[in-house]
Amino acid sequence: MSEHEEHKSYSQGFYIAIGITLLVLTITTAAVAFVNLGPFNPVVALLIATIKATLVVLFFMHVKGASEKLTGAVLVSGFFFLAILLSLSLADYLTRSWR
Amino acid sequence: MWLFLVTEIMFFGGMFCAYLVYRLAHFNAFAAGSQQLNIWMGAINTAVLIVSSVTVVLAVKAAGAGKRKVLVGYLVVTVLLGLTFLVIKGFEYREKFEKHHVPGPTFSFTDKFDDNGKQIPVNPKEAELFFSLYFAMTGMHALHMIIGCGLFSVLAILAWKGHYTPGYFTPIENAGLYWHLVDIIWIYLFPLLYLISRHS
Repeated sequence: MSEHEEHKSYSQGFYIAIGITLLVLTITTAAVAFVNLGPFNPVVALLIATIKATLVVLFFMHVKGASEKLTGAVLVSGFFFLAILLSLSLADYLTRSWR
Repeated sequence: MWLFLVTEIMFFGGMFCAYLVYRLAHFNAFAAGSQQLNIWMGAINTAVLIVSSVTVVLAVKAAGAGKRKVLVGYLVVTVLLGLTFLVIKGFEYREKFEKHHVPGPTFSFTDKFDDNGKQIPVNPKEAELFFSLYFAMTGMHALHMIIGCGLFSVLAILAWKGHYTPGYFTPIENAGLYWHLVDIIWIYLFPLLYLISRHS
């Protein structure tokens, strides 16, 4: 984030194309919600959400092609600790005998 | 800035975790509560946020190219889109008040019906828990939106005064990163709260 860092930038058309892709995915996920897929509804919805979030992170937040390696490391560590939070909490709650 | 964003991930992560645990514990009531949400308002708001993310990224690009008026234009449009989101959210909250779905002494929840019209009893206390989490998560997200709108308003004024040059526009970049993160949080809130329990 220093001022001397080289600013990565794509063309305007590329940003708009990513935006349209995100909108199409939004419509898709809303439409799929009306179809009964049984246990796969949450899977599909969260998969689409993750694809959307990845597009935002890589291209809008310019993580792809960032000159600072630290950016990626900080980001990955953030999600890593989130994964620890969620997985260990569930490992606890799902294995309690009183439930 | 990225370190701050990571703390934000953990902040919202705590609420996502609470939601996950309670959804597993009170699955029926959470599904019933989720089906009461307005899927269209949620979808439109998702679209509004995505478009605002595009205008933010174009604003950053304009700042890098030194196009002052274009930059101010995109910043103003971003603020307007942010306000649009908040207004739609406000209408959604009003619907919750009218249906008595706001947690508190006036909360009431009727049992849900399955596809065949069969009544499935729902514990109102558990449904209240769903709406508590709904308001906590969307409310905290809305607060971030309000802060973001304030940030971009200030940046628009400073940009208009010619504060930013192609050599210095880090504040715009950082505010943009913040805005994208708020967008990503909504990208997850939308399916989790509105979509995944449609058929449960």
